[in-house]
Amino acid sequence: MSKEHQKYLKKRKIIDILIRIIQIIIVLIIIAIWQYAADKNYINTFISSSPKNILKTIISLYKNKTLFSHIWITLYEVIISFTIGEIIGITTAAFLWRFNFIYKILDPYLTILNSMPKVSLGPIIIILAGASTKSIIIMALFISVIITTINTHQAFKETDQNKIRLMQSFKATKSQIFFKLILPSNYNNLINTAKVNIGLVFIGVTMGEFLVSKAGIGYLIMYGSQVFDLNLVMTGIILLITLAALMHYIITFIEKNIEFKT
Amino acid sequence: MNILKIKNLKKTYHTKESEFLAVDNFSFNLKEGEFVAIVGPSGCGKSTILSILCGLDKPSKGQIIYNKKLDFGYMLQSDNLFDWLNVYKNCILGLEIKKRKNKKYVEKLLKTYGLWEFKDTYPRNLSGGMRQRVSLIRTLATNPDILLLDEPFSALDYQTRLAVSEDVYKIIKKENKSAIMVTHDIGEAISMADRIIVLTDKPSTIKNIYEINLINKSTPIENRKDKKFSYYYDLLWKDIDCHV
Repeated sequence: MSKEHQKYLKKRKIIDILIRIIQIIIVLIIIAIWQYAADKNYINTFISSSPKNILKTIISLYKNKTLFSHIWITLYEVIISFTIGEIIGITTAAFLWRFNFIYKILDPYLTILNSMPKVSLGPIIIILAGASTKSIIIMALFISVIITTINTHQAFKETDQNKIRLMQSFKATKSQIFFKLILPSNYNNLINTAKVNIGLVFIGVTMGEFLVSKAGIGYLIMYGSQVFDLNLVMTGIILLITLAALMHYIITFIEKNIEFKT
Repeated sequence: MNILKIKNLKKTYHTKESEFLAVDNFSFNLKEGEFVAIVGPSGCGKSTILSILCGLDKPSKGQIIYNKKLDFGYMLQSDNLFDWLNVYKNCILGLEIKKRKNKKYVEKLLKTYGLWEFKDTYPRNLSGGMRQRVSLIRTLATNPDILLLDEPFSALDYQTRLAVSEDVYKIIKKENKSAIMVTHDIGEAISMADRIIVLTDKPSTIKNIYEINLINKSTPIENRKDKKFSYYYDLLWKDIDCHV
């Protein structure tokens, strides 16, 4: 390696580290300003809470042993909904890719279902499935599956026609074309759809917990707002942000470290 | 000996707006080991003929007669290598699809044509010329009787194009294959083919067929230096409708 190249690499590394440091500083500054404004009574802590109060709330939740159970319940619902949503979405997309005639029939229904506010189905889901985890997962699936299906199918359909012709010139069957070409060539699209999906699942699960109101971070927020404990509400929001960031990083990690092999 | 006879081939494409006659009254015979080039104005139905031959498209009318069960190898314009597979895996794609076990031939091809040391390399790290050679080996791997080449070099720059056409020609001759190549490059056609079919513009019908009898028939780059090369070039140039 030449000296110039070493210099270049070093420079790039320094810039990367600098960006990370600035990102962390921004968060710290926001927290500091928030706490400062609260201490000086510039803001009403009853409504906007403060970092210290949030920390206290987290500690008290931890002491009465409910913190991790709420986090776990939400995480569990998110993971289950996400997994089922991906499976149903990709399978349906594959089915629609295979049977274009059926896709053409279903197309308008999918579009309408996609633009409908799925939250409005909440009460019906609770009546049908009961006020339980089941309802929350169904809620999350309603929100995520349709868009996953539409996006994935769109990506499948846009696969390079020349590559499909190549496969056909080898007399490949439809399932060979799917598993050897369509699926691996859309690896990046599947990851991107998964990123969108995880966000939607969080919305679905939180909405579900609002409605079912038994446990989970969504429940904490709902409960907090009902008893006017805004510290609890803010704590719930912070926990949700942390979880969403965590899930996002997990997917990015998978994207970077696992190459598609057939 | 003729291994392939095409009689009065006709192909009409139908779209919502209109119907379009791509190929009409197309007949010719291919001899074993022969290299035939099809030239004509771009946008005419040249590629259609190849798609029909290897079964990707159905003819509207006409007959294709084989003297035995023929296997076609189709090589398209772009190399269409799969980015997520290494060179070796790309080459055995056809074998895997056809569920054939014998990988010896691919290994021999890779070794003979200087790609063995790149067998674990991914396509993004190969030059345009090497990609095209991998693409040819992938086509040859299933041991087809006839190669169909659809403007196989048009994505390459001029220098590479000459070099790769030289390579491809040698490989095809050495493996003793018959080939039909579609191209819009007159020079390429004369330097490689035994016979050239000139097509008319929309619909594609046969305008003329030329036997190419160079004085010293050799490999493409040498053939370009042949005394009769420019004679054929003029002949074909005048024959192809070229409206600029």
